[in-house]
Amino acid sequence: MTAPARTTVAAPTRRSPTISSSRKAMNNVMLGLCVAATALTLAVLAWIFGYVLIQGARHVNLAFFTNLPAPVGEPDGGFLNALVGTAIMVGVASAIAIPIGVFAGIYLAEFGVGWLAWTVRFVNDTLNATPSIVAGLFAYTLIVLETHRFSAFAGSVALAVLMIPTITRTTEEMIRLVPRALREGALALGVPEWGMTLQIVLPAAASGVVTGIMLAVARVSGETAALLFTAFNNRFLSASLNEPMSSVPVQVYTYAIAPYEDWHHQAWAGALVLVTLVACFSAAVRLATRNRHQSLT
Amino acid sequence: MKMRASHLTVRYGAKVAIKDVSIDIHANQVLALIGPSGCGKSTFLRSLNRMNDTVPGVSVTGQVQLDGEPIYGPEVDAVLVRRRVGMVFQKSNPFPKSIFENVAYGLRVGGLRERGAVADRVEQALRHAALWDEVKDRLHESGLGLSGGQQQRLCIARALAVEPEVLLMDEPASALDPIATAKVEELVSDLRDQLTIVIVTHNMQQAARVSQRTGFFYMGKLVEVGETTQIFTRPKERETEDYITGRFG
Repeated sequence: MTAPARTTVAAPTRRSPTISSSRKAMNNVMLGLCVAATALTLAVLAWIFGYVLIQGARHVNLAFFTNLPAPVGEPDGGFLNALVGTAIMVGVASAIAIPIGVFAGIYLAEFGVGWLAWTVRFVNDTLNATPSIVAGLFAYTLIVLETHRFSAFAGSVALAVLMIPTITRTTEEMIRLVPRALREGALALGVPEWGMTLQIVLPAAASGVVTGIMLAVARVSGETAALLFTAFNNRFLSASLNEPMSSVPVQVYTYAIAPYEDWHHQAWAGALVLVTLVACFSAAVRLATRNRHQSLT
Repeated sequence: MKMRASHLTVRYGAKVAIKDVSIDIHANQVLALIGPSGCGKSTFLRSLNRMNDTVPGVSVTGQVQLDGEPIYGPEVDAVLVRRRVGMVFQKSNPFPKSIFENVAYGLRVGGLRERGAVADRVEQALRHAALWDEVKDRLHESGLGLSGGQQQRLCIARALAVEPEVLLMDEPASALDPIATAKVEELVSDLRDQLTIVIVTHNMQQAARVSQRTGFFYMGKLVEVGETTQIFTRPKERETEDYITGRFG
């Protein structure tokens, strides 16, 4: 070994290993900004929920869940028709949108090269940014005008159109996160590609995919505009997809703009119940689909 | 003769990864492949069970035979080739499933449905991979909860469970500590009775310990292949000698 050549680079000046005060200050400012932004976000959320809680809690009672709407001035009117309607329409919309969204997401993640994938992604993103009233208009033109009646099915289609882009996008992102090593591990066992995707990759991405689905469900559960001229409204309990159907948000809307005090109370109660149900449902699904063997997220 | 590669050339796009490699792989022997990083030994290994098929832009010319039958060709099903030629990777990659399911998965895919038979084969494979005693009380816990060395042995068990005829191992011990490495090496030596093994390694002592034959790759070419003792004591080629004596690489 020859001695290393003399370098002309100056040795770093010796500094005490304490953090400089300007960096400390910067650190604190940045941390402060992050905390402030978080606090603000949470405060808005808490404010909304708190307000709904205060306004609505007094008017939530058993009759609210078990009774149909009562004429103005009569006590003990309820939201039964709207609750059932929302459950049915969100359910049908999910049945349409989840398979389409998940499979489209798989397609984009696994085979997503070339002009077709580019087009699908572009259309999907556009759809994602489409105002919900446009989705309603679409279902109105396609189904309501054709069948000459408002129907729960038309409402479900409008909701499904709103759900698909969210589900597709999250599924794609989550599947892309699954490491290549996991895929190769499956292929090396002599697993065909479809088996690898459905049995290894999709389960590995499951909790993320479920989160996407829950976001979509939560979004359309409170959807009003898309249902106004598709499912319309119905004062009676109906389970038929061919009839107009009530939903919680539309009923809240109808009651909120009406000039009657007791309807306003019911609208607040409806808003509270809707928010609570969506939150509980999300939590339950997350808990049930939690993967004990999760490697990601 | 279990497998034979003849004039195998693999390109990634325009880049030639291995060039005109011909090598015989003898049954019930361990063949070690050594060489500096980027010399093409992993690419070669992955061409033996058509794992390279999944890499975009890859092209393969030449042929590989398994028991005298070609594994490349329009009529050959790569999935069936991989059932016979299994693989263990450098980095352990257990599925996000339980320990039991990690091993049972390949069996079920292979068509074994009967519960008792699956359980037996899982136990057998885990014993084979010298992991059974460490996991028998927690078979239904996540495979990802195991230590690195255990995870790698789980991956070996998973590969063994489907009873491949050939096992390809791509630096299976490079991420393991010395104790886990010793276990894997011991395993490789024991497995030779039942199957044929091709192992890529950066560790020349490891190649000397576990293999009967050794091939030296350099710059995408197979420089030399022969009995392990011969390669390490009397290499024919200058490049081989330089590499094993540590002059480069």
